[in-house]
Amino acid sequence: MSLTTVISPAPWRLPRARVIFSALGLLIGGLMVLPLIWLVMRAAQADMAQVIGMLTRPRTLQLLINTGLLVVSTLALATAMALPLAWLVSRTDLPGRRLINVLAVIPLAVPGYVMAYALIGLSGNFGFMNQVFGVTIPRLQGLPGATIALALYTFPYIYLNLRAAFAGLDQSLEEAARALGATPREVFFRVTLPHLMPGLMAGWLVVGLYVIGDFGAVALMRFEVFSYAIYIQYSAAFDRVYAAWLALMLIVIALSVVWWESRLREGAHFARTGSGAGAARRQLALPRAGQALGWAFAALVVLASIGLPIAVLSFWMVRLDDLPGVLPELFRAFSQSLSVAAPAALLAAAMALPVAVLAVRYPSPLSTLINRLAFVGYAIPALAFALAFVFFSLHGARFLYQTHLLLVTVYALSFLALALGPIRSALYQARPSVEESARALGHGPLSVFARVTLPTIRPGVIAGMVLVFVIAMKELPIAFLLAPTGFRPLAITMFSRTSEGMLMEAAPYAAAIMAFSALFVGFVLRHDKKS
Amino acid sequence: MRFLRTTAAALAALAATPALADITLYSGRGEPLVAPIIETFTAQTGINVNVRYGGTAELAVLLQEEGDASPADLFWAQDAAALGAVVDLFAPLPEPLVADVPSAYRDSENRWVATSGRGRVLAYSTDRVDAADLPASIFDLTDEKWRGRIALPATNGSFLAHVTAMRVVHGEETTQDWLNGIAANDPVPVRNNTAAIQAIGDGEADVAVTNNYYLVRFLNRDADFPVNQTLFADEGDIGNLLLVAGMGMLSTSTNQEHAQAFVEFLLSPAAQQFFTGEVSEFPIIPGTIVTRQDINIADVIQVAPEVDLNTIGDLEGTLELIRAAGLI
Repeated sequence: MSLTTVISPAPWRLPRARVIFSALGLLIGGLMVLPLIWLVMRAAQADMAQVIGMLTRPRTLQLLINTGLLVVSTLALATAMALPLAWLVSRTDLPGRRLINVLAVIPLAVPGYVMAYALIGLSGNFGFMNQVFGVTIPRLQGLPGATIALALYTFPYIYLNLRAAFAGLDQSLEEAARALGATPREVFFRVTLPHLMPGLMAGWLVVGLYVIGDFGAVALMRFEVFSYAIYIQYSAAFDRVYAAWLALMLIVIALSVVWWESRLREGAHFARTGSGAGAARRQLALPRAGQALGWAFAALVVLASIGLPIAVLSFWMVRLDDLPGVLPELFRAFSQSLSVAAPAALLAAAMALPVAVLAVRYPSPLSTLINRLAFVGYAIPALAFALAFVFFSLHGARFLYQTHLLLVTVYALSFLALALGPIRSALYQARPSVEESARALGHGPLSVFARVTLPTIRPGVIAGMVLVFVIAMKELPIAFLLAPTGFRPLAITMFSRTSEGMLMEAAPYAAAIMAFSALFVGFVLRHDKKS
Repeated sequence: MRFLRTTAAALAALAATPALADITLYSGRGEPLVAPIIETFTAQTGINVNVRYGGTAELAVLLQEEGDASPADLFWAQDAAALGAVVDLFAPLPEPLVADVPSAYRDSENRWVATSGRGRVLAYSTDRVDAADLPASIFDLTDEKWRGRIALPATNGSFLAHVTAMRVVHGEETTQDWLNGIAANDPVPVRNNTAAIQAIGDGEADVAVTNNYYLVRFLNRDADFPVNQTLFADEGDIGNLLLVAGMGMLSTSTNQEHAQAFVEFLLSPAAQQFFTGEVSEFPIIPGTIVTRQDINIADVIQVAPEVDLNTIGDLEGTLELIRAAGLI
C-alpha cells in the first residue's frame, strides 16, 4: 500500500461533485440568460432618440426615487412584523406557535387585488368601517398605503427565511457568549443577529425585488413607481420594444441590489467548526405577560394580513346567489392550479440546490455569476420573461410551446430565487466537517450530499418549496401566455371575473387560492415536524 | 410520497383531457360572460372552440410575439385599440359577413369587426351632486367647480381611446388644453373604471367618465349604491363616445371557414341580445331588441359623436399628450 493510493481518491472525488454541480448551475444560468438576450434583441429595434427622450424625462428620476423609498419602507415594516414572529415561533414556548407558523405564511397567498380592496374598503364614506361602525377613516394611499399593502403580503418571505435561520442556529454559541458574561441584549446583537443575517438578507432581497417589480398594489394606492412606466408601455401602448428598454433598466436596478446583497454575504462563515454536538434546542419559557404580549402581536399581524382579506371575501361571497353551484368549477380550477404549482415548487427547489451548493461549498467567480443569474427570472417583469420564452420555444422547440411542461419550467425559473434564499441560508449553517467525516467513512460526494447534506438542510428546502408553490398558485401574466390553451387554473378563473368588474363572482376563487395554499402550507409544515 | 402521487394523478388527468378543438380563440373578454355564448355556438354548429383567456393587452403582445407561428384563429379584444395594434396579423373578413355593422365600428378593410358597444357615460354621486349641476359637455369638466372631485383612470384603455377620439375630432391643441385643465383640477387618480366608481361611492370623488356597464355591476350587488350615471346633455359631445369590444381573424388561421362562422354567430340577433342583457352592453347591429338597459341605446346613438374607430389607433401620440399634462 503506497502513499498515493491513500491520497489520490480525495482530490479525484471532490472535483467530480464540483463538475456535476457546476454543469447544472451553468445550465440554469444559461436558461436565465435567454430572456436577457431577448430583451436586448427587442430593445435594438427601438429608435434611439425616442429611447433617450423616454429615459431622461425628469419624471423617470422621480419614479426611481419613489421606488427606492418604497423598497426601504416596505423592508422596514415587513421586518418589524417577521422578526418578532419568527423569534416567538422558534425560540419560545408560546402556546399555538405551530398555528402561528402556518398563519404567518398564508398572507403570501392573498391575491394582490384582494389585499388592496381590503385596505381601501376599510376607509371612505361607503367603506367597511363606516358601514359597520359608523366611523370614517381617511383612505390609505401614497407611500404609507403602498408600504402597508406590500408589507402585509410580503413579510412571510422574511419570516420563512428567518425561521430557517433560527432553526439552523447553534444555540451553544449563545450559551458560550452568556457564559462569557454577555447580557441578553449583547447576545442578541453580537451573536444571534449576525447569524440571522444571511436569512434576513435573503428575505430582504426577495421582498426588495418584489417591491421593485410590483404594479398592482402601487397602482391601487396611487403611488407611482418605476414599474408603472413599464406597465403603461405594455398595456396601454401594446408595445414590446420600448418596454424592453424600461425592463432592462429595471433589471440593472434589481441586479445591483442582488450584487449588494451578495457582497455582504460573501466570505461569511456561520457553521460551528469545533468538535462535539450542537446544543439541543431550548425553548424560552415565556412568563404570563410575555405570552399575552406574544399573542397580541401575532393576533395583530394575522388580523391585518389574513383577517382583513377574509372579511372582504366573505362580504362578497354572502352576496353570491349560487355558491354550491360553483363548486365543480372550483374543483376543476384547483386541480389545474395544483398540477402546475406543485411540480413547479419541486423543480424550483431542485434547481436551487446546485446553485446554492456552488455558492456555499465551491465559491468561485463562476459560482458567483450563476448565483446572480439565478435572480434574473425573479427580477425581470413577468410579462417580458414569458414573452422571451414564447420567442425561444417557437423558434427552437416548437413542440414545447404552450405545453404544461414549458409552463412548469418557466415558473420554476421565474421563482427560483424564492427557493434559493432559504436553501442557501440552511447550507451556510450545515457543517462541512460532518460532510468531510462522511466522506472519510467511504461515502462518495453525491452519496454524502443525499445522506448528510440534504437531510440537514431539509427545513430550508421545504421553506423554498412552500414559497414557490404559494406564489405559483396566484401568478397571472406567465399563465396567460404560456399555459396550454383551454387551461384555466384558479388565478385565471379569478381574473376572468375581476376583469369584467364581477368582484362577487371572483370571490370564491380568490378564497380558494387562499384556502388551498393554507392547506398545502399546513400539510408540508406538519410533515416537516414529524421528521 | 403521497404528495407526489397526487401530483402524478393530477398530471395524468390533465394529459387525458386536451380538447381537440376546431378553432382556437384568444379571448381578452372574461370567461363568465363569454363562455355561455361559446357553448351555444358549439351546440348549434358542432364546432369546438378552444379558448385561451387572458388580459387583452397581454394577449395582444403575445400575438405580436407569435407572429406567423400563432396557433390562434381569432382574437377577441376588450377595445379597438388592441385590435389596431395587431391589425397587420388579421385577414379581411368577407364583406357580406360584416355588412350589417356600421362602418365606423369595423376596420376600413374589414380586418376586425366590433362585437358589442359600450357607451362612455358620466357617473356621479347621488349624495353630493345635483343632477341639474352636471356638465353639459366633457369640456366643462375643466371648470373650477370640479376641482378635486373627478376620479380619473389615466392609464385605462377606454380613457386612452377616448382621448384619442378627442384628438381626431377636436385636434391636438384643444385636447392638450383639456388634459391640462383636468390636471389643473387635481383629479383623484384611480386604476380603472371599477375603482373610479368605487371612489365616488366612497366619497373620494364626485364624478368620473367611465364605460356604461360597470355601474350596473355595483347596482346588482347593492341597489342603494349612491352613484348614478348619465350622458352629457350636448348632442354629439365627444364625451358621449361609443366604444366597442371586437374581434379579428388571424391571417395564419388554418380554419378560416369555422372562424368566420363564429364571427357570424356573434353578430346574430341572439348573441347581440345576450350582450345587452347579461353584459349590459350595446348591440352593434341596428335593430337588435334590447332586453335590459339602464341607459337607452336610442338615446346613446342620438347623442353620440360620429367617430370612425379606424382613426383612433395612435395611442403613442395620446400618451405623449397625457404625459405632457403630467397625468401619468
